[in-house]
Amino acid sequence: MNAPFDRRHTQAGPSRRDVIVTATAAGGALLVGCSPTNLMALGAEGEVGAFGPFVKIAPDGAVSVVCKHIEFGQGNHAGLAAIVAEELDADWTRVGWEHAPANAKLYANGALGAQLTGGSSAINNSWDQLRKAGAGARAMFVQAAAARWDVAVGEITVENGVVSHAASGRSADFRELLPDAAKITPPTEPTLKDPARFTLIGTDRVRRKDSRAKSTGQTRFTMDVQAEDLLVAMVAHPPRFGAKVASFDATAAKAVPGVVEVYEIPTGVAVVADNTWAAKQGRDALTVTWNEDAAETRSSADILTRFQGLTDGSAALAEGEEWQAFESRGDAAAQMQVGGQGETLEIGYDFPYLAHATMEPMNCVAQVSGNQARLTFASQGPTLDQLNVAKVVLNLPGSVEIETLPAGGSFGRRANFQSDFVVECVEIAKKVGKNRPVKLVWTREDDMSAGYFRPLVHHRVKVVTDAQGYPSAWTHRIVTQSIMKGAPFGGGGVDETAVEGAKGSPYLAATPHVDAQLLTPDIGVPVLWWRSVGATHTAYVMEHTIDQLARKAGQDPVEYRRALYRKADAKRHLAVLDLAVEKSGWAEPAPEGWTRGVAVHECFGSVVAQVAEVKMENGEPKVGRVVTAIDCGTAISPNQIAAQMEGGTCYGLSAALYGEVTLTEGRVDQTNFDTYRVLRHNEAPTVETYIVAQPAGAHPTGVGEPGTPVIGPAVANALLALTGEAITAQPFVKTSA
Amino acid sequence: MAATLDVNGKPLAVQAAEDTPLLWVLRDELGLTGTKYGCGIAQCGACTVLADGAPIRSCLTPIAAVAGAKITTIEGLEGRHRLQESWVKLDVPQCGYCQSGQIMSAAALLAQSPQPTDAEIDAAMSGNICRCGAYQRIHAAIKDAAGQTPAADTQTQA
Ligand code: FES
Ligand code: FES
Repeated sequence: MNAPFDRRHTQAGPSRRDVIVTATAAGGALLVGCSPTNLMALGAEGEVGAFGPFVKIAPDGAVSVVCKHIEFGQGNHAGLAAIVAEELDADWTRVGWEHAPANAKLYANGALGAQLTGGSSAINNSWDQLRKAGAGARAMFVQAAAARWDVAVGEITVENGVVSHAASGRSADFRELLPDAAKITPPTEPTLKDPARFTLIGTDRVRRKDSRAKSTGQTRFTMDVQAEDLLVAMVAHPPRFGAKVASFDATAAKAVPGVVEVYEIPTGVAVVADNTWAAKQGRDALTVTWNEDAAETRSSADILTRFQGLTDGSAALAEGEEWQAFESRGDAAAQMQVGGQGETLEIGYDFPYLAHATMEPMNCVAQVSGNQARLTFASQGPTLDQLNVAKVVLNLPGSVEIETLPAGGSFGRRANFQSDFVVECVEIAKKVGKNRPVKLVWTREDDMSAGYFRPLVHHRVKVVTDAQGYPSAWTHRIVTQSIMKGAPFGGGGVDETAVEGAKGSPYLAATPHVDAQLLTPDIGVPVLWWRSVGATHTAYVMEHTIDQLARKAGQDPVEYRRALYRKADAKRHLAVLDLAVEKSGWAEPAPEGWTRGVAVHECFGSVVAQVAEVKMENGEPKVGRVVTAIDCGTAISPNQIAAQMEGGTCYGLSAALYGEVTLTEGRVDQTNFDTYRVLRHNEAPTVETYIVAQPAGAHPTGVGEPGTPVIGPAVANALLALTGEAITAQPFVKTSA
Repeated sequence: MAATLDVNGKPLAVQAAEDTPLLWVLRDELGLTGTKYGCGIAQCGACTVLADGAPIRSCLTPIAAVAGAKITTIEGLEGRHRLQESWVKLDVPQCGYCQSGQIMSAAALLAQSPQPTDAEIDAAMSGNICRCGAYQRIHAAIKDAAGQTPAADTQTQA
């Protein structure tokens, strides 16, 4: 383990966890006058079955694992179900899963303090809880069998859903024993399996359970919710962030066949219709005049210029802006004055706003009757959504019912402090009333221009090296909008989501003099976490800087990293690097025409190394083979870990190569996939995934996000080796908007 | 105005105006929600269906344009297409939202070219975006369905 950036069990500092707890508690207090410490009581009293909140067993003996985390592609349902099935010794082919209802009391994320999926924490925070849930249910079957057969509990074994007593030759399956087992009180501290005896976890049998439904069009997404009296809504949103409706003319919209009604709501003008196409035509026929007095009117190019100026002293701090130190050691300024005996590297890096661009644009189905709200949609943060919706319908958060459906991707977009699209839907459903279901549909254009982007970021780094070429002093400045400060209940202190990955880097740990600071100017563009959050930029800056330093030192980038990891005692980094180097054949020349680049980064408690093979093709970088090594603790589903490395790599590569949202005088320039270029089939790399072997029972860490941030710097490092030039801005390929 | 569409081998009467995109008629009027909306401008392929065997983007195709055509949607494959078997075998889907469109594009490809080359797969599939980045498995599953062995194993535990 490498200190101080290990998140496997707890997160240090005022991070997402603290702020979300603050957020939910403050929201709750505001609403229901409950004690801020009473967060867990915000859930409605849900029904808990005989085997507890996480395990359901049907009369036919089939097991259903209740997943408190949403499934939006990461395949977490398979891992969560496997943890229960392993301890329960269930027949894996008869284990299914379902989403939990919204109930923070039963289903809070142990790492985040609210019912919320994020931070690659689903498996990590459920490990102990679900092992206990499975082991508890198993103990109930064992006890039931022992009583029925009048034998000792210790003589009973369970395998593949069959409970047996070898000495008497008796056996019974879950179906037969269910009536007796369900009457037994679940043990509070059941005995867990010795991890060395796991038979399911870590095997190729742990596959996702939804592939058939998703390969036959049968999975029901929010977009697919239909009902006899359902209305479809679309909303005309202001062209700039912060603008409001001044006036509107709905005459033409109301003339569209199928349009039912037009309402003004806080976020714009809503058209409700009998079907989606009518809603779209009606919405497009609206004439709206906007009041832009409070609107953000800056262009992204101007914002970037100011950010750059703030790091080189050419722009002055505005009122309320101040630099915050996030890592300090020794006296970097003095060391820079003296000068090292080696080289100096000074470089800036620019990162644009990014849209999540989930395949299924944001949408929601809501019914409101009086103060009662019921929602059917892909809720990533049910606790946040309950709190925000409760404020609209003036009721207790726990009264807001949510049925969670799978989402067509999220990448962070659906976990939103404001529950933006959810609240918009509820505002409309409240106008419609009568418990009539309203489906809010955002077009791709609505989705892309709605903000909640990965913030625009500028880094400036200056490193002085010692006689051996290793960093002796490192100054680091980051300027970006704060995600947490942007939240309505944001806390003070350094926004960890802006510095994670630079803060805690083994390279800084190996440097005697460090001065690293953050500045978070306020800008009226809504920003949000985006798959791997801070690492989307910090991994690039740290890893690309290291390759430039290795080059200056005349060293191989792998050997250079190894030396720094040894200094920092970063054993997990060393292990993944070694594995990726071995499997990629780093020691041998790359295949003809290709150049290799390497990068390593720790993200949400997992460490990933990649070696990417890159060439230039038609003037653009083309990525071929990508060898990935990951340390994610106990590997529960090797198949899905590989899937997340493949998908995460594509997501990160898409951003590094092409991803960019720009604003012209406050208006978002990109509207759809024709102007917001994303990675396509012919541009996708071939990812090989290797998992670092772990001691039995090692706590598992996440895989949804750690695969994303490493590919950008790995490709940039290959291009550095190819051209000798550093790449100081993403995206590498410009799309003309 | 009423029209008749031939969808998955059945003649179905629809009420929508003739300039209505096929996508919304399939989804909202006929209840065939396996076909998805992703962009509305023929950029993502989520809405892909077959018209007389050829892949079309239903989001931009008015129903008048396919009045006489045999339309096949993901539901029309009835879960029995060999691509669907390969998709399940290799656990291709992540969020799954793009996958109906991916499979329909791949079905059109295999119908035309039962043993596609890598370049043919790239050309046929690059109009279908997958934001989850399941491209590698999509590629491998097409080869698997075509009876070809995918080039490399993608995952190994060290
Ligand atoms: S929805 Fe038709 S191509 Fe995207
Ligand atoms: S599986 Fe999610 S977009 Fe393709």
